[in-house]
Amino acid sequence: MAGLMSGFGSFTHAVVRAVPQSLAKEALRTGSQEVDLLKVREEYDEYVSVLKHRLGLEVVELPADDALPDSVFVEDVAVVCGDTALITRPGAESRRKETEAMKTALTELGLNIVEMTDESATLDGGDVLFTGREFFVGLSKRTNQRGAEILADVFKDYAVSTVPVQDRLHLKTVCSMAAPGLIAIGSSEPAQKVLKIMQQMSDHKYDKLTVPDDYAANCIYMNLPGKGDVLLHCTPEEFPESAKVFEKLKDHMLIPVNNQEKAKVDGGLTCLSVLINKKNNI
Amino acid sequence: MTTEVGSETDVKKEPEKVPEVQQQTEPQQTEQPDKAADSAAQPASASDDQPQEESQSAEAKSDPEAAASPEPSSPPAAGGQKKDKGISRFLPPWLKRQKSLSQDKPAESTEPPRQESVEAVKEEHEETSQPKEEADGEGGATTSTEQTEEVKEVKEVKEVKEVKEVKEVKEVREESRAEEVQVEEKDKEEEKSIGSADTQPVREEKEGESEVKESEEQTEKKEEKKEEEQVNQQETSVLSALKLKKMKMVVCHVTLLDGSQFSCEVEKRAKGQYLFFQVCEQLNLLEKDYFGLSFKDNAEQRCWLDPTKEIKRQIRNSQWQFAFSVKFYPPDPSQLTEDITRYLLCLQLRQDIASGRLPCSFVTHALLGSYTLQAELGDHDPEEHRLDYISDFQFAPNQTKELEEKVVELHKSHRGMTPAQADAQFLENAKKLSMYGVDLHHAKDSEGVDIMLGVCANGLLIYKDRLRINRFAWPKILKISYKRSNFYIKIRPGEAEQFESTVGFKLPNHRAAKRVWKVCVEHHTFFRLVSPEQPTKTKFLTLGSKFRYSGRTQAQTRQASSLIDRPAPYFQRTSSKRISRSLDGAPVVNVSDYSQALTAGAGENGPSLELNSDSKSPQVEVVEKPNEDADTSLTSETAFETDKGGAPERKSKLRVQGENIYVRHSNLMLEDLDKTQEDVLKHQASISELKRSFMEATPEPRPSQWDKRLTGSPATTLRLQAQGSLEEELTSLFLSKACFSGLAGSCSADAAPAEASKVSAQPEVPQQTPPRPGTDSRDASKPPVVKTEMVTISDTFAAQKTEISTKEVPIVHTETKTITYEAAQLDGNGDGEPGVLMTAQTITSESLCTTTTTHITKTLKGGLSETRIEKRIVITGDSDIDHDQALAQAIKEAKEQHPDMSVTRVVVHKETELAEDDD
Repeated sequence: MAGLMSGFGSFTHAVVRAVPQSLAKEALRTGSQEVDLLKVREEYDEYVSVLKHRLGLEVVELPADDALPDSVFVEDVAVVCGDTALITRPGAESRRKETEAMKTALTELGLNIVEMTDESATLDGGDVLFTGREFFVGLSKRTNQRGAEILADVFKDYAVSTVPVQDRLHLKTVCSMAAPGLIAIGSSEPAQKVLKIMQQMSDHKYDKLTVPDDYAANCIYMNLPGKGDVLLHCTPEEFPESAKVFEKLKDHMLIPVNNQEKAKVDGGLTCLSVLINKKNNI
Repeated sequence: MTTEVGSETDVKKEPEKVPEVQQQTEPQQTEQPDKAADSAAQPASASDDQPQEESQSAEAKSDPEAAASPEPSSPPAAGGQKKDKGISRFLPPWLKRQKSLSQDKPAESTEPPRQESVEAVKEEHEETSQPKEEADGEGGATTSTEQTEEVKEVKEVKEVKEVKEVKEVKEVREESRAEEVQVEEKDKEEEKSIGSADTQPVREEKEGESEVKESEEQTEKKEEKKEEEQVNQQETSVLSALKLKKMKMVVCHVTLLDGSQFSCEVEKRAKGQYLFFQVCEQLNLLEKDYFGLSFKDNAEQRCWLDPTKEIKRQIRNSQWQFAFSVKFYPPDPSQLTEDITRYLLCLQLRQDIASGRLPCSFVTHALLGSYTLQAELGDHDPEEHRLDYISDFQFAPNQTKELEEKVVELHKSHRGMTPAQADAQFLENAKKLSMYGVDLHHAKDSEGVDIMLGVCANGLLIYKDRLRINRFAWPKILKISYKRSNFYIKIRPGEAEQFESTVGFKLPNHRAAKRVWKVCVEHHTFFRLVSPEQPTKTKFLTLGSKFRYSGRTQAQTRQASSLIDRPAPYFQRTSSKRISRSLDGAPVVNVSDYSQALTAGAGENGPSLELNSDSKSPQVEVVEKPNEDADTSLTSETAFETDKGGAPERKSKLRVQGENIYVRHSNLMLEDLDKTQEDVLKHQASISELKRSFMEATPEPRPSQWDKRLTGSPATTLRLQAQGSLEEELTSLFLSKACFSGLAGSCSADAAPAEASKVSAQPEVPQQTPPRPGTDSRDASKPPVVKTEMVTISDTFAAQKTEISTKEVPIVHTETKTITYEAAQLDGNGDGEPGVLMTAQTITSESLCTTTTTHITKTLKGGLSETRIEKRIVITGDSDIDHDQALAQAIKEAKEQHPDMSVTRVVVHKETELAEDDD
């Protein structure tokens, strides 16, 4: 560890999980759209390919499990910061077992594992926004105060602020980090409200990158050796206006990634992986 | 004044009260220096000194006071007031209200023999002053003061650090009365002192005596005090030097950050600053503004030693044992100029980490520990450094073998790093920790949920468990205040919001609330202002505590340290073993303790902030807005501006009710409005004369005589002292009934409504502006304190009130601290029901409180001339006294005496906590 809170966005590993057959019909969703499993798998393959081949990350792929229709969204079951991984207790009961495979994989990667055993706590990783300096935890239908407290207890170095999330599934459904100190945020009222709260709660100044579509605000920032700033974001086909906003980030290596089909089951780009940095760990 | 008489009796009866008195006196002392300075300027008019205030408001008061002053003994009675707690039981719920009285002063008064001649002089002064007051419309002001108990507000008008307004609103009320009494005493003392020496010195002596009860000769004290006062602005060192020759020396033990002890002899009356400088000199530290000395008070709470105040008064009976520690954590330690400063900061942080006060992860513990090893031991030496070489260090609250191994592993990687570099690296990582420099205080939110208030460089953080649930940056905060055990922040309205809102927090006790407030004032000033707000040099009325951070701000200290031109001083780092000891065994400052220390640190008797949330009673808030721009040259003008802040109680009420998140508490906390006090004061003036005469005739009040005289006077005063049992328990118990003539009522009716409306429209400005000319600004400010209702009262009353307020104001600090129980009843204000009998029990020595307000109310409502009788009972005594019973007794008597009237309201003002706080 070169130093506390350094190396934001620098990753060496990614954990993903293959798409189960059951996703199409059984995965939880806020809408009621039909999902084309084939398309989902295409998107997934493309996603993994970008991580593995284009960005050079070590990708650990967990096997699909039909008993866990939502398991492709691995982000929700683990929060990794530094060399510590918090295995969450997902808010949806049907997803609790997704943690098992994740825990095993992260243990094998040598991370310090902390499990959320408190039965009154729920936390979805999708509600956890790490900015490099602090955490914001969305209090949503999936995440409660107790879950946030446990997270704060695990990552003691950082301030952990709670942000009420209304009318959206997760905190990161409407925002994410697009660069150090730069928050990508949707334009909707709930999104702007979230941003306002985060700005008030923080001792740090954040710039904002406002995109017309909330879903487009979910992007993945990385800082990789030899590649510099990397941003995985929505495609122009899916959100043309929002894509234009991202395209203004001239200094970033911009990689549009199609996520149209998974969005039908509330899956954003960040949901599909748990990113880990092993080099900087002590 | 009648009250005073009673207090005298009380005092005589109750020696126990002394301790309380001492506390109260302390605050007074602090005020006194200022006064003394004034007096120095005008030696001839010793009384004038205190009076600066008097001239404004005090003058009027002085007259009444003067009358009262002859019977200063009453002040002791005030001491007993604190124990009113029990009273509430006996009162019907609707009768209960709270008021505060200052007990301390009364005690003092007793000590100094009152000279009639002196009193007369005072009276003269008062008379002169009164007219002024009247002209100023001080009466209204006085009322306002009463209403606003003590509110200290820090306003930032601009995000720019430059401008911040500090509003101090104190509730004049009964406390003010008590203060009056005290003032009178002081005046007397001053006069006396004048005769012998300077009045100011005399005061100090008295205070010191009461507090410390030292056997030192008064003359010496006087001299010392004089010196101090004069030098106040100058460095204490000079004073100390002077004193050294004459004064007794005391050995102070200071625990340094490396765990070692530093002992140093200081003159017994040296100020905190002197000791602090000695320590800094010992440490060879130039960038000292980030540091401070702390001590543990009787309640084992860590308090910061106020550099501007005498050590002895702050530590009271505690040991002369101090700890040197970081008070303001620099957000960017790399901007510190000297390595030695960074080293000391490292030592502090090591303590913070080892104690758990600064939480961090395993990895961070290991990393920081490794830098500590590098700084202390140099490069890792495989031969010399076995695993056990670090077992003497404590890197974490719970240190495991695994951690130690990790520390060693990392230590190896720091090869070649100098100690200074290692320290710098340590700080670069530590400063990023989320709890770095956050001073935590336990509190509850409006719903009673346990939370933590974290004061830091950027503002106020709200935590629930480890979660940050809210944050208020300094620019977002318009005003901070405390009242009782509540701490309030007024929030700047957001873009979409039209009104500012007030958020209240419940602290464990009044001291804790004050501590938070002080820490906020200090942090806000240090980190956000370019220069400290000017102390309210003038004693213009500020009812709240005058506490301000008087040290250098970060901006100033940075500028100063940029001028440091010396070769990097050599300093020896502690050996590993010593460190380990210090970390392990050294008194580790706990978070809670620390916070407390910080709060206390300011040390000054902050005026208690009182937000009168009581809807009925109008609160007058005196707002001090020091313009930072003005910086050094804060003249009376600034004070005036500040005064503008004072809003009528009603306004405040409105705000509070509508916007206050913490309405419940505020309501509970609501104290009687100042009106009662004002009324009381007025009545007191007239009554005081009666009392005086009466007292002169007979040292101990005779109920029958009292009644007669009182009845004869416009106000009827009932003396409860007659009851033997009560007498013993209560230092002073006064019931005064005042009947206002129709005239008063009519006047009040007109004036009151008008004022009210004005207030609502322009809360603060209206009242203050009219009466105050530039110089009078102080007075004006004070008047705002007084409730509008008071204004309505006849001129004479107003004048008296104003005097009181002024006097009180200076004294206020002390008073605020002092605990007072008041039961104020009259809401002459709109609240008051027609034909209401108001009984106010004031712990303060002041006995008689008639409320003109009562009359006013009546007239207002029905145009009827109803007679209201207000009784003020001052109960002074130690906890032993059963205040409840005393109150019940008083009420009972009142009923018996006025069978044809009914008791409509009883206001009980308890200031116990305040009293404790008194520094």
